[in-house]
Amino acid sequence: MNVINFINAFFSDGAHWHGYDGIPTRLWEHVQYSLEALAIAAAIGLPIGLITGHYGRGGNVLSLVATAGRALPTFGLLVVTTLALGFGMLPVMIPLVVLAVPPILVTTYEAMRSVDPPPVDAARGMGMRESDILLRVELPVALPLILGGMRSAAIQIVSTATIAAYVSLGGLGRYIVDGLYQHDYEKVVGGATLVAGMALATLAVFWAATKLTVSPGVRRSS
Amino acid sequence: MNWNRFFDIPSDLQHDWLGLIGLHLREALLPVLGGLLLALPLAQLCVRLRWLYPPVLWLTTVLYAIPSLAFFVVLIDYTGQTELTVMIPLTVYSLVVLVPAIVDGVRSVPQETLAAATAMGFGPVRRYVQVQLPIAVPAIIAGLRVATVSSISLVSVGMLIGNQGALGNLLHDAQIYNRPELAWNSVITSAALAVLADAALVGVRILLTPWMPSATRGAKSRPAGVRPEPAVPALEDAAR
Repeated sequence: MNVINFINAFFSDGAHWHGYDGIPTRLWEHVQYSLEALAIAAAIGLPIGLITGHYGRGGNVLSLVATAGRALPTFGLLVVTTLALGFGMLPVMIPLVVLAVPPILVTTYEAMRSVDPPPVDAARGMGMRESDILLRVELPVALPLILGGMRSAAIQIVSTATIAAYVSLGGLGRYIVDGLYQHDYEKVVGGATLVAGMALATLAVFWAATKLTVSPGVRRSS
Repeated sequence: MNWNRFFDIPSDLQHDWLGLIGLHLREALLPVLGGLLLALPLAQLCVRLRWLYPPVLWLTTVLYAIPSLAFFVVLIDYTGQTELTVMIPLTVYSLVVLVPAIVDGVRSVPQETLAAATAMGFGPVRRYVQVQLPIAVPAIIAGLRVATVSSISLVSVGMLIGNQGALGNLLHDAQIYNRPELAWNSVITSAALAVLADAALVGVRILLTPWMPSATRGAKSRPAGVRPEPAVPALEDAAR
């Protein structure tokens, strides 16, 4: 297997483990960008999704947002914002956030809508305030689906942050883009391996988060 | 930026605007078609052998998480910097969306309907083709819509592996010739193609399911059988 040899060569080369172009630096950059973008997207998408879902309004608008989010070409958007705003952090953060908000927003809305009505009515009958109903009854039940939406967004961000190396962002995509330009296939494959590993780690983190935060009662019923 | 040169495509791309659109559609739609042809037997296998479905679902979730660029560059070693290198990962991605969609669609066919078909003397093959598939059409089309739209958006990334990105190649030219309008052209055209393809699939569904009441098929984008269960996360993953 040719590719395995390349991967081996990449990771056993000590030069790839130090300095500003070393694996730890690039990995940390990638994690940083991804977390930042996910945090901004969640800060926008979660509250709107929770409230619209609680009151059950605006579903049509949200499904339009979802289609629009899907139709926008990730990579093209990245190049357009870079050309318009110059190189830097902002032109990369904008497409990352724009692409991550729709899955979070729409899944959160759908998750809130899919909560069984009887427990919500019971909570209301017991005299709970609307904010308590939202946070203490609906949210725990909707949590697995909401985390699913966050996971989609996170994976999308990780994968787009890779492509963002083309418009001069750091992170793991640097190895792939630089390697392609330098005709250094070992570097390309090494970078691809790291990126794939990072995506799988994201899946694992969300799997663990679901195990930790979803109440056992909800897990049993679903 | 010079908007008058919006459609003035540099000659190094060897295609005019319509040529690029044709190329883009071919690179995006052939994989979806291939994915559908592979997904139908695979989904049927998952419906027949229930134990097979969870591992298949798990595998598809993992495959879907692999970023497209990583997928492309690993394939370069085998298929070179060609269209095929772009189309193989897109086929895998569409497979990932379509298998759960078809399995859920076929499973949503009520037992009574199947029993009725059997009682009328339908064999397994005829029952699958004439009863199960038509009833699963809304779910299958829902999956096809997600797969098609994300495939159209992903083709552009192929630009990074030796200008195999059709409309995405405009992004490179926009930078080297300092002509931002070409990048806008790429984004707007690609988004418009995605929206049109989506609308076309909705049209196909309306044609194929004349029995569905018009109110539900107009207002609801998701058929009743397919709820956003955690079991079908791939449908939401597809936005990238």
